[in-house]
Amino acid sequence: MSPLLTVEDLRVSFPTRTGLVEAVRGVTFSLGRERLGIVGESGSGKSQTGRAIMGLTPPHAKITAKTLNFDGIDLLKASPAKRRDLRGDRVAMILQDPKYSLNPVMTIGRQIVETLRTHRKISSSEAKERALAMLEAVQIRDAGRVFDLHPHEVSGGMGQRAMIAMMLIAEPELLIADEPTSALDVTVQLDVLAILDRLVAERGMGLIFVSHDLRLVSSFCDRVIVMYAGRIVEEIAAADLRNARHPYTQGLLSCMPEIGQDRHPLPVLDRKPEWAL
Amino acid sequence: MSIAVSAHDVTVIYEDFKALDGVSIAVEKGQSYGLVGESGSGKSTLLRAIAGLAPVASGTLEVNGRKLEPRRRDKAFYRDVQMVFQDPYGSLHPRQTIDRLLQEPLAIHGISDAEARIARALDEVGLGTGFRFRYSHQLSGGQRQRVAIARALIVEPSILLLDEPTSALDASVQAEVLNLLEQIQRDRGLTFLMVSHDLGVVTHMCDQLAVMRSGQVVERLSAADLVAGRITADYTRNLMIASKGFVRTEA
Ligand SMILES: Nc1ncnc2c1ncn2[C@@H]1O[C@H](COP(=O)(O)OP(=O)(O)OP(=O)(O)O)[C@@H](O)[C@H]1O
Ligand SMILES: Nc1ncnc2c1ncn2[C@@H]1O[C@H](COP(=O)(O)OP(=O)(O)OP(=O)(O)O)[C@@H](O)[C@H]1O
Ligand SMILES: [Mg+2]
Ligand SMILES: [Mg+2]
Repeated sequence: MSPLLTVEDLRVSFPTRTGLVEAVRGVTFSLGRERLGIVGESGSGKSQTGRAIMGLTPPHAKITAKTLNFDGIDLLKASPAKRRDLRGDRVAMILQDPKYSLNPVMTIGRQIVETLRTHRKISSSEAKERALAMLEAVQIRDAGRVFDLHPHEVSGGMGQRAMIAMMLIAEPELLIADEPTSALDVTVQLDVLAILDRLVAERGMGLIFVSHDLRLVSSFCDRVIVMYAGRIVEEIAAADLRNARHPYTQGLLSCMPEIGQDRHPLPVLDRKPEWAL
Repeated sequence: MSIAVSAHDVTVIYEDFKALDGVSIAVEKGQSYGLVGESGSGKSTLLRAIAGLAPVASGTLEVNGRKLEPRRRDKAFYRDVQMVFQDPYGSLHPRQTIDRLLQEPLAIHGISDAEARIARALDEVGLGTGFRFRYSHQLSGGQRQRVAIARALIVEPSILLLDEPTSALDASVQAEVLNLLEQIQRDRGLTFLMVSHDLGVVTHMCDQLAVMRSGQVVERLSAADLVAGRITADYTRNLMIASKGFVRTEA
């Protein structure tokens, strides 16, 4: 079976006042109907990799790739209109910054309803019903109240779940989830993961799960990619994350504070210049 | 021990919704106090109430023994109390350079020596001076969060209100930021009131914590009690179980 997504030698760079910033420097991977985790240092290019796949890179940036293919569609050659059609319908991304990505002057409910109605021909009453059901599915208490709130009136975790609801409602085939649960308390976090898990297992969705929470990634994903300075430095089965070989991955694992351990100060990474070569 | 921050029976109401419902906490000087709990339970609202950014309907708030007005805070207050917001995107103006963002609090409080302070602040949070003239929209999520922390520290407050300060950071940068916070706390006797949903982080940083649910504090306990499982509320117990990671239930 051919993979859902193929990424080969993806590069993203930004011209800035102080020179060229190479955010992604030759990333290669493919994704089937599975859960792929991406972990890595802050600034290592995780979000920019996801954005390039989605077609959400800022216009002044430069993107190149040998292959960027979603289900037979050459994404680099696809017209902006075609990519817009794909977005929110067949491919979706839960952005790291939910409040920034939600429309500040529109209620949460209306945004979800409009997303749904852009892609599906259904009545507004049915759309509202499905939006409310989706908000409940992501464990928002009091979905009726939240439906009518504006983004600045909800908590961090509620905004994040509103974004998740909005991205899941059109039932995408490929979902890129960029730190989707970083603002959620641990019990709600697991409920949201269970929803994503079902979509992969039952509907065959492909999931890219970007997270810095190694415990979560190793218990939830199938495979993990570790990024450093714009490149992939290691790829490993999620269950084997503990036995990672790359010193960066090893370092990451050892510097997490854990319940019941008393390590002050926490060990920090001694970053080697050769990791970034 | 003297109390740096206290809330007594504080209620916050938005229209007809009670975001805080009779919340009381007391944070000693030099202590790290953790707030954990359900999403939407009012953790950010409590910090915002202290900072004068939430509609307090009743109850009293005190900082360093001084009773606070429900809404108004003066300049001196913000010299003493700084807040790092949960959402680094909303709290940093995207069209300003990092340099401008860090200049601003120094200018407001008439602090001299801006050059050296900015360089030091960036260095402390692990961002080199190469970031100084970038715009905040040109940074990754974690880089922005570190700018927000640098901005709070630069005026040398005595109390820091930290709302999920490291949830946008990868484990290695998180360790650096937590170490930095602990070191600054030791050096300057800072008081922290910190929200985090990561029990590993909270028990690492904090001595005391409050567990919140639906606008109320359901349990107050020491980090040592939490670690040892000396827990009374069911909700706290559920949090402990959930923090062990994802368990796939086979259908
Ligand atoms: N518009 C831009 N102009 C210049 N540089 C940028 C721009 N956007 C992102 N970058 C840089 O690209 C690099 C990769 O950013 P990206 O957002 O992909 O990081 P990340 O791995 O998602 O990090 P985090 O975990 O902190 O979110 C960073 O060093 C960032 O500063
Ligand atoms: N401006 C507002 N108008 C109406 N309701 C609000 C407003 N601000 C906050 N709320 C409500 O107050 C409640 C508490 O929000 P708060 O942000 O304090 O939660 P939190 O505990 O910080 O949650 P999280 O962990 O998700 O960040 C939420 O139900 C939210 O919808
Ligand atoms: Mg990112
Ligand atoms: Mg909050």
